[in-house]
Amino acid sequence: MKHLLSTADLTREEAISILDIAEEMRESGTRAIKKLPALRGRTVVNLFFEDSTRTRISFEAAAKRLSADVINFSAKGSSVSKGESLKDTAQTLLAIGADAVVIRHPDSGAPARLAATDWIGLPIVNAGDGTHEHPTQALLDAFTLRRQVALREGVNPLGKGLDGLKVAIVGDILHSRVARSNLWLLNTLGAEVTMVAPPTLLPVGAHAWPCTISYGLDAVIASGIDALMMLRVQGERMNAAYFPNPREYSRYWGLDDARLATLDASGAETLIMHPGPMNRGLEISSAAADSPRSTVLDQVTNGVAVRMASLYMLLSGDLI
Amino acid sequence: MNYLIQQAAVLGDTVQDVLIVDGKIAQIGSIEATENVQVINAKNLVLLPGLVDTHTHLREPGREDAETVETGSQAAALGGYTAVHAMANSTPVADNAGVVEQVYELGRQAGWVDVRPVGAVTVGLAGKQLSEIGAMADSRAAVKMFSDDGICVWDPLLMRRALEYVKAFDGVIAQHAQEPRLTEGAQMNEGEVSSILGMPGWPAVAEESIIARDVLLAEHVGARLHICHVSTAGSVEIIRWAKARGINVTAEATPHHLLLTDEKVRTYDPVYKVNPPLRREADVQALRAGLADGTIDVIGTDHAPHPSESKDCEWGAAAMGMTGLETALSIVQHTLVDTGLLSWADVARITSTVPAQIGRVADQGRPIAVGEPANLTLVDPAATWTVDPSVMATKGRNSPFAGMQLPGSVRATFLHGHATVLDSKLATPRPVHA
Repeated sequence: MKHLLSTADLTREEAISILDIAEEMRESGTRAIKKLPALRGRTVVNLFFEDSTRTRISFEAAAKRLSADVINFSAKGSSVSKGESLKDTAQTLLAIGADAVVIRHPDSGAPARLAATDWIGLPIVNAGDGTHEHPTQALLDAFTLRRQVALREGVNPLGKGLDGLKVAIVGDILHSRVARSNLWLLNTLGAEVTMVAPPTLLPVGAHAWPCTISYGLDAVIASGIDALMMLRVQGERMNAAYFPNPREYSRYWGLDDARLATLDASGAETLIMHPGPMNRGLEISSAAADSPRSTVLDQVTNGVAVRMASLYMLLSGDLI
Repeated sequence: MNYLIQQAAVLGDTVQDVLIVDGKIAQIGSIEATENVQVINAKNLVLLPGLVDTHTHLREPGREDAETVETGSQAAALGGYTAVHAMANSTPVADNAGVVEQVYELGRQAGWVDVRPVGAVTVGLAGKQLSEIGAMADSRAAVKMFSDDGICVWDPLLMRRALEYVKAFDGVIAQHAQEPRLTEGAQMNEGEVSSILGMPGWPAVAEESIIARDVLLAEHVGARLHICHVSTAGSVEIIRWAKARGINVTAEATPHHLLLTDEKVRTYDPVYKVNPPLRREADVQALRAGLADGTIDVIGTDHAPHPSESKDCEWGAAAMGMTGLETALSIVQHTLVDTGLLSWADVARITSTVPAQIGRVADQGRPIAVGEPANLTLVDPAATWTVDPSVMATKGRNSPFAGMQLPGSVRATFLHGHATVLDSKLATPRPVHA
């Protein structure tokens, strides 16, 4: 693995291998001394052209637990605001001595462009590009799902995929890089995916995706689902006429208390997932977010382990 | 200099000798060489009327870092062109007699092709107020084509007025059909590929709805309408319908839309970023069929050079546009002739005769006949070459065909009897004429 740009690039073997290494990394995170020496002397740059706290600190924690040095570069207050190009910024980081670049960028494809050009010859990790992909989020979601199911069934998750699991991804699919990365990875790992959204928030062209498309959340819940992934919906979307107002959105596509009660009454073991940050009361009610079904905080913990595994796989290969 | 072109396949058909004397075709047939003529061996070469581009961005004045009238017209000559229509989106905008006369004069001084300036439809391309169309038409540049290309004349009332007004000057409005609200932030064709790449989509309907509106407006006011760079199958259908109805509309397709699809965008390489965007394979095939059945009248290159920094960046930051003058005829041969859709006589029609008629360029796009101006192009259809943008005459290095092997090589170009290109290399510019 040279870069981590898209989950569509991962084979089943590669994906499972990342998840398995992440299991080891997670185990190390429960020890009193969490730090591993694997990437000592290496420098990882977090190159963030978009506001992000959660993803950046997760990558920062992951790199530090592997003993790498971390440089955080945020577009705010940097030379980017003076009009410096991505090429010049990247080459500056190379000159400073970076060994890998974790990049978040508002333009879809910016990490792929960085990897494809001769600007820098470093491993690139896509930490979210525009509305394209967010591969480590999908990996941590898959990791969380695999681990939860294994716990429930009392088996060892190592080496396993997500075969036969039914996953519904609900919300603003159109603008979601999380949805796209999950689509490919869940398929690769053998899960069945359903995308649930108002038609305005599904891309034209999604009919060709390897998933089922639905406009009705209730029917999907009733069909029996192993995990509901609720996506953040920006209330401002109503200004571009994607939906009439947040209340109507919530009524049809939100995981509200009534739908939570339906799940509980059905006896289903459906997990409730959310990549965060949540809009409580919009796409997810507080009761749903805080219920025993919710894996939200577990996902955050697992995010560090998955990002450790990703950095380890990209950077340890060329260690002497 | 007078020239004797020996054994050329005229329009790809009958092999003839063609004698050029004093800028005109003096004789056609079997001709003996005399001492005062330069003989051009045209065995196995096809003789076409000099190509006329309906859609070229020469960037001067204002963006001489991207292209100048000199470099752009050199690129045109190498591509087999003897006339180009220079689009109005320069800086300052060609929305008055002063700027169009400047561009015309720069073209005349350069001497590689006839440069026919296009005037802006609205002042500053702002879509608010008609520019001085009459003054531009009556200037030395004798502007006949008016376009806000790059921006759609979106206001339906303003478009109606423009179509009506140019009738007084035998002009034509060349519309860049792009509904602005449907394409806010758009980066590529909206479809399966954009859904995967997560790019804001540019729906076909944004082009088609404007074309539908404008052919109806042209019918209503009895005006002449030209549609720039048609890119979708639906647009071809609408134009086919309009022509069947007798509406006075012409349409152009670019070479890149005849070959490339939005699959190229998967590379995220901004060399493939263009307006209108690369579409689906079905659209490519519909455009070819439209050219074959005459629905689409002409090839317009939409040659759009950019400095390298405008493309050596991420997709979202990159400029839209591709170079095209030096590859156009090869792409036409590859997609339309070698596929059996068009003959070389058809190629002459779509790259020369009709483009000249649309732009009302009297001495271009003429038949290859005795007494006609010697604007001619010699092509070697059997040659193949590999596209290398670094050796092109255009300043732009943004060719989407870089590295591709293409058929057909322009061997010579004659501008009013003067050889601007010989042996596929720039010869000399035509001396400045009165």
